[in-house]
Amino acid sequence: MDEMFAKKLRILADAAKYDASCSSSGAPKRTAGKGELGSTTGAGICHAYTPDGRCISLLKILLTNYCLFDCAYCVNRRSSNVQRAKFSVEEVVTLTVEFYKRNYIEGLFLSSGIIKSPDHTMELLTRVAKSLRRDHGFRGYIHLKSIPEASPWLIEEAGLYADRLSINVELPTEASLERLAPEKDGAVIQHAIAQIGERIVEAKAEKRRFSPAGQSTQVIVGADATTDEALIRKSALLYGSYNLKRVYYSAFSPIPDGSTILPLTSPPLQREHRLYQGDWLLRYYAFTPDDVADATEDGMLSLDIDPKLAWALKHRHRFPVDVNAADREALLRVPGLGARAVDKIIRARRHTRLRLDDVARLTSALKRARPFLIAADYHPAGGLTDRLDLRARLADPPQQLSLF
Amino acid sequence: MGVPPPGLPPCAEGAGSCSGTLEAVDLSLGADLDGFRAAARRLAGRRVPPERVLWSIGEAPGLFGTPTPSPDDEAPLSLPRGVGAMVARVVLHRDPERYALLYELIWRSLHGERRLLEVSSDPLVHRLERMAKAIARDLHKMHAFLRFRRVEAREPERFVAWFEPDHHILGAAAPFFVERFRSLHWTILTPEASARWDGTRLTYGPPGRREDAPAQDGFEAGWRDYYESTFNPARTNLSAMRAEMPKKYWRNMPETAAIPGLVRQAAARTGAMIEREPQMPVKRNPARAVAAMADQAPDSLEALNAIIRRSEPLVPGATQAVLGEGPVGATIAFVGEQPGDQEDRQGRPFVGPAGQLLSRALEEAGIARGEAYLTNAVKHFKFEERGKRRIHQKPTAGEVSHYRWWLDRELDFVAPRLVVALGATAVLALTGKQIPITRARGPAQFEKPYAGFITVHPSYLLRLPDEAKAEAYAAFVADLRRVHDLGRSLAA
Repeated sequence: MDEMFAKKLRILADAAKYDASCSSSGAPKRTAGKGELGSTTGAGICHAYTPDGRCISLLKILLTNYCLFDCAYCVNRRSSNVQRAKFSVEEVVTLTVEFYKRNYIEGLFLSSGIIKSPDHTMELLTRVAKSLRRDHGFRGYIHLKSIPEASPWLIEEAGLYADRLSINVELPTEASLERLAPEKDGAVIQHAIAQIGERIVEAKAEKRRFSPAGQSTQVIVGADATTDEALIRKSALLYGSYNLKRVYYSAFSPIPDGSTILPLTSPPLQREHRLYQGDWLLRYYAFTPDDVADATEDGMLSLDIDPKLAWALKHRHRFPVDVNAADREALLRVPGLGARAVDKIIRARRHTRLRLDDVARLTSALKRARPFLIAADYHPAGGLTDRLDLRARLADPPQQLSLF
Repeated sequence: MGVPPPGLPPCAEGAGSCSGTLEAVDLSLGADLDGFRAAARRLAGRRVPPERVLWSIGEAPGLFGTPTPSPDDEAPLSLPRGVGAMVARVVLHRDPERYALLYELIWRSLHGERRLLEVSSDPLVHRLERMAKAIARDLHKMHAFLRFRRVEAREPERFVAWFEPDHHILGAAAPFFVERFRSLHWTILTPEASARWDGTRLTYGPPGRREDAPAQDGFEAGWRDYYESTFNPARTNLSAMRAEMPKKYWRNMPETAAIPGLVRQAAARTGAMIEREPQMPVKRNPARAVAAMADQAPDSLEALNAIIRRSEPLVPGATQAVLGEGPVGATIAFVGEQPGDQEDRQGRPFVGPAGQLLSRALEEAGIARGEAYLTNAVKHFKFEERGKRRIHQKPTAGEVSHYRWWLDRELDFVAPRLVVALGATAVLALTGKQIPITRARGPAQFEKPYAGFITVHPSYLLRLPDEAKAEAYAAFVADLRRVHDLGRSLAA
């Protein structure tokens, strides 16, 4: 790699890193045939971790960080003074293939600033994916960030080659979008997400290939005043009505050459963490958006306890739950019991009566679970769930997971 | 020593060696699945309880991932579901106790606890599950953290990797690399054995050494650049990194050399970002570019056609996109279904058998084909290959809606007074609804700026039995005469 190429790579990787999604999951299992390169595994693989604890699964870069838009939260907005660069289609293809051959990555996550026009930009993105598939027999993972302002047929063409398409909601409310991203139009974004969603459902029914790993999006947390409750409700809408696979929450992060209308500090990373936990409750624990809202105080999730525990502390009359008798839904509500632990409990209790020691072997968070459950040889004495200091006893020590 | 389960003799009749004494089983180094399986069959067949077996691991190296048919003549054991898979997994573990634990699992599963594996809370099952999980993690980390280096100046490209797994997993890990890097030639070296793929065959060989792999690779510096650039110093979280990428892997991963520097500078970089005064943008007043950006829609039929011509068929196969044909401003536009075999070859609409029939009917109805605009709802031919023939396949509703964007704009540019839908697909494309032709035949309202008319597609006439053809053709021509009249009255 020559120095010019390496320099572009540094600029365009740096410019892409504020997108939180990195997952290479959800694609149908594929393997390389004769003369082909690459496979997908279903769950995806993290090939390395950076000192921020985040996984590198895909080569996440921008085609270019020149951009006509001026979104305040974005490091690549046109009024930012960052260094600019642009890759050619061939350069991105080469980089992807060569990194892939060395087992550095699962595939490509390509996004771009908007240059010339949304259509022009979208065509370039699609050309990269097409060349990988057609010219290099590439069977690895491709995630394309779609340009919502691009013409519908171009977004649809991208779905022929990509495993996943995504369009970022970025800001959860119309008002924030207007203030921070004046050229963006919430309706256009929503419409493009709906369009992709429709095509995915249609193609699945007709057994055609179209973005088989579905669609995801990202919401920035902490750049405006939106509450956790509003964010979770927005996600529930995106999962329910638009069939999204994932919503990523990205704690707003200070960026080089920041804009004056942004908050000066970043929200605690713990807030992002709690939002992901709330999101999981929606998707895997049969919580309704109202249940998650119920776990908040004035719309905000507690930073020191997880949302499931917060919900349980507010609904103490629903506990303790008998691990040897309760149904799955009731067990899923027990703090400290994950969905897998619950399934193991249900399987094991068909053959044996579970004691507390047994439960200890099925979950790694017995301390949190204990006050809320009954086992064959255990009952939380004196109504432990009524103790006033329960919250304090179960809360995380403060400051964990904050900066440094 | 444990007590044999009640009701069972401790050993099979006449098996003198087992009463009271210990059975010694010696297995090979590594993951000796075949040796274990043979021993387990022999022992279980003779009802030797686990506490009477002494498992040891000898010096003979085992085989890696190439199970050979075992020469033993013991009958296979009929094990409950899941036990076989658990055995195959846990033999890969480096814990010397693994065989004893697995035999205990087999023994208990065969003696009254057939569903034992479902009881994850049982201490034995719990321990085996943890061992299986450790194997899964080791495999996953090998798939993730192994790094190939290219052997310079070799064609076809050859790659070599050095990796140090925790357990005996080379044989279990290698198929992943075959499925992923089938077109490359590669070797994976480990301290225990090596695996080699030559493009067609996977073979195992003796242990390797780190020095046997190339000392560097031309893309490693770029990879390290990428690793450094994708790190966000404002989010430093070392414990999360170490939990997923323990330090023991670092020495074989070229990018990890960057970690100390990144961590050292993180605080200063974040502080500088926060403290830096916002600056005025130095240049770029792209008012014109921003305005132009909003105006990207095609502004003429030619511009639209250029887009359609460049586009990819939704279902692969078609030779080319078949565009509409006829003058802009034509009074009448005909919309068919999709190009057929002839249309796909020639790149023009309505030139195959159905198109010829349409031409004849138009002429009889008094419509000059050259003055009308002819196009299709779907622009690419979709077919199924049967021998040398390409058999037309009806487009799906999803495909039709994909092409609707273009059809709508196309008709906007042509601006006809009357649009004739030929067949159900055209109706679907123009209205978004599935409407049976028999019921809707005749003048129609498409909720568009032009008048509508619905009739059959000429290919329908071709498929009718001969006795019905004449009558159906006459009805089609009669429809076209009404179209002709309607067109004239609209143009007037």
